[in-house]
Parts: sequence; structure tokens; C-alpha cells
Amino acid sequence: MAELKVRGVSKSFEGKKIIENISIELHQGEIVSLLGISGGGKTTLFNVIAGLSSPDQGAVYLDGEEITGKPGKISYMLQKDLLLPYRTIEDNVALPLLIKGEKKREARKKVGAYFEEFGLDGTEKKYPHQLSGGMRQRAALLRTYLFSDGVALLDEPFSALDTLTKNSMHAWYLNIMEQIRLSTLFITHDIDEAILLSDRIYLMGGKPGKITDEIIIRERKPREKDFNLTGEFLDYKREILEKLKM
Amino acid sequence: MKRKLRSTTGKLWTLAAIAVILIIWQLASATGLVEGYLLPSPVSVVKALIKEFPVLMEHTAVTLKEAFLGLLFGVSLGFVTAVLMDRFSRVYQAFYPLVVLTQTIPTVAIAPLLVLWFGYEMTPKVILVVLTTFFPITVGLLNGFRSADPDAINLLRSMGASRRQIFWHIKFPGALGAFFSGLRISASYAVVGAVISEWLGGFSGLGVYMTRVKKAYAFDKMFAVIFLISIISLLLMWGVDLLQKKCMPWDDRKETK
Repeated sequence: MAELKVRGVSKSFEGKKIIENISIELHQGEIVSLLGISGGGKTTLFNVIAGLSSPDQGAVYLDGEEITGKPGKISYMLQKDLLLPYRTIEDNVALPLLIKGEKKREARKKVGAYFEEFGLDGTEKKYPHQLSGGMRQRAALLRTYLFSDGVALLDEPFSALDTLTKNSMHAWYLNIMEQIRLSTLFITHDIDEAILLSDRIYLMGGKPGKITDEIIIRERKPREKDFNLTGEFLDYKREILEKLKM
Repeated sequence: MKRKLRSTTGKLWTLAAIAVILIIWQLASATGLVEGYLLPSPVSVVKALIKEFPVLMEHTAVTLKEAFLGLLFGVSLGFVTAVLMDRFSRVYQAFYPLVVLTQTIPTVAIAPLLVLWFGYEMTPKVILVVLTTFFPITVGLLNGFRSADPDAINLLRSMGASRRQIFWHIKFPGALGAFFSGLRISASYAVVGAVISEWLGGFSGLGVYMTRVKKAYAFDKMFAVIFLISIISLLLMWGVDLLQKKCMPWDDRKETK
């Protein structure tokens, strides 16, 4: 069970309202995207959900328990991989376990079991700068997964990658999500990415930022390799572009 | 590989320049262009160095002991100061200007006072070394702590990390590079600081030896000890570099790329 509920969250900075009355839900095993332009308050909402800042109004619930303003419950991942340059990949990935107070050796053993599944085998003893951008994001996702209680926030995790790497990362990501069933709230400004990866999409817009619409992507998973070339995909895209115009 | 080759040829140029200077210097002395008692020739300096070597080593041991003790306390003090300043902004506001102020006090001016207060033994020398070495460490570490990526700190916070965990996982390792830059400077300051404090009173040490040979107008020995101090400082800096490589094995970017 891992269900996230955000209820009526508003947040201002320096007297300016950034997000207003945002309510979203994320069910077990779902990938839900939050799609909107950059600077639309997505990251503010993100910080509230992660417990890094408290909302002015509203609350965040994880499996029915209120976690508003409490970090340590929901894991997240950014566009920057934030792998520590002075730690090997395995120690980077083991970081959340070390923070929880596990012994280094046990933590390493535990994380080692995931390396193959995440396509990271052979990188255990390497340092982040020896890996490509795509591989670093894989490691970052594994770290995110390991410190999650089943819910993760991903803030434009693939937007810094080049197109080809991004495409292969999308395929990899969908595949890995089939296996680990991590409930994910995926923040992006890339419409194609949102349609390709999500079960549902929340559209966010306006100033202050609000949820303006919700779109359900009915294409079943695992998705066809060329789903993004089909007519249905384009229909979704057209619908979203229409609704984002408002 | 190429880089290595380039750095070796770079070193060759340095060595060549030193050789040229020494040759000119030797010629100037040998031809009588400069009087030998005013500026001894490199050869006579080396001779003096060899002849005086056992005595010099005894004095070196004393100076090094002062330098190391001072450096140890200086580094510890610098570390504690930097940590407190980073943790409490009030401490930073209150003491940072004072820390800067201590660096404006000329070492030579304060050394005799220290001798008057603490006597001719080791204490005033160590204190002077502490005063000169803690500053580069404090500033280096503080800058290192402060340049920690706020996103990385947030990430650890979101994992539920305590302040202490954030310090040991993010801030401290992130500041190591800056720390070692500071330590390199401090290590050379430490030797010079110890020598200066020995000038102003003491029973042994390279500074004491220096004042003795100066009074005897034994310029060859004077230069010998100057050479020796330079060599010791260089060796110390090299030692710091080795230590840094040992402590920061991930920092091999220059070689892998």
C-alpha cells in the first residue's frame, strides 16, 4: 500500500501566491505526471510534498497518515543526479540506508542485489564522474527507490539528457517500473514524456499555479515500443495542447 | 600519458632555469664580480651545508617539532572555529572579523611579546605557529562548508538526515579539497613561523642557528640554512599533496579524462 493524497495545498513566497488549492492523488503503483510550464509552481508543490517546506494551507497524506512538513517519508529525484562525487556508486546508492543507521557492509550488500536489475552491474566501485549521464540517473533512481516507502517524486529527471539517451532511458524506466511498482509522481514540462510514461496526467497552469485538468491515458502497460508514433498518442497530445491553451 | 609528458618537460624547464641562475651566480663569485664574503658561491654554500649537516639536523629536529605541534593545534583550532562558524551564524558574525584581524598582526611584532610572556622554551614558538597556521585552515574549511550544494543538503534532509549526518556526508567531504589547499599554505607557514619565533630567543632550532651564524658573518652557513628551510617547506607541501591523494581517491578526474 502506498497512496499519496494532497489536499488543498497553497503556498506563498514573499507575499506572492505560488500555488493555490492543489489537490492530487496517487494510487498504488501508478505513474502520474504533473505537466505544466517551467516556473509554474511545480517545484514548490514538490518541496511541500517532500516535506521540505510547509504549506500555508492544506495537508499531505501518505497511506492515510498526515505527513505535512515531515521529511523522510517520500523520496525524490531531481534533474541533477546529486550523486556525491567522493562516493562510489554503491555507497551513493546506499546513502539512504546509512542515514537510517545501517552498517556500511550490510547496506552495501543490500543495495548490491539491485544493481543488475537496474542495469548498473559493474559500476559498484566506480565514481560518479566515470559514468555517463544516463547511468548516473539510473543510479539516482535506484537510490530514490531504496529510500522510498513506496512513493517517489521525480522532478524532470531526464530533462538534462540528450534525445537519444532520453529515449532509451524512457524505455528502461517503463521496464523497471513494471518490476518495482513504485508509485511515482512525475514532474515534467515535456508533453511527449508525460503521455509516454503516465497512467494519468494532471495539467497545471495559471498564476498562482492550479490544477486545471486531469487526463487519463488508457493505453495499457507495458506499452508498445512505438506508442509515441500512434494516432492515439497524437490525440492525447492534441487534447493536452488544447487544454493547456485554456 | 601526454599530460604526464608535458608536465615532465615543464619540470625540465624549471630545472633548466634554476641551473642557469646557479651557474651565473657561481661565475659571478668565481670571477670576483661579487666579493665572496658578501655573497658566497653556490659551491661553498653546498660545502657548508655538508659540513654543518649534523648540527643542522639537530636544529631542524627542534624546528620541525615546533612546526608540527603548532600545525596540529592550528589545524584543530581552525577546524573547530570553522565548524562553529558554519553551524551558528552568530558565531560567524562575532568572530570572523576577529579571525581576519589576527592575520593583520605582523608575526615579527608579536613574537618578542610571546617570548616575554611565555619564556624561551617551546611554548611561545608553538603559539606563534598556531597563530599563523589556523587562519588558512579556518577560511578554507569555512568556504568549503558554505559551498555545499543546497540541493544535496535538501536531498539528505528529505531522507530524514540529522544535522550531524548532513555534516559528515555532505559538508565535510565536500570541504576536503579546500582544506588541503589551506593545509599546504599552513604547512609552509608553520616552518617559517617557527624559524621567526626562534630568532627572537631560544636555545636551539634553525632560527637560533641563523642568528648565530649571522653574528659570525658566516654567510655561507647562512645561505645553507636558507636552502635547508626551503627544502623542508617544499617537502612538507609535497607531503600534504601525498596525503591529499590518499584521502581523496575519487579526485582523479585529471588523469582519467
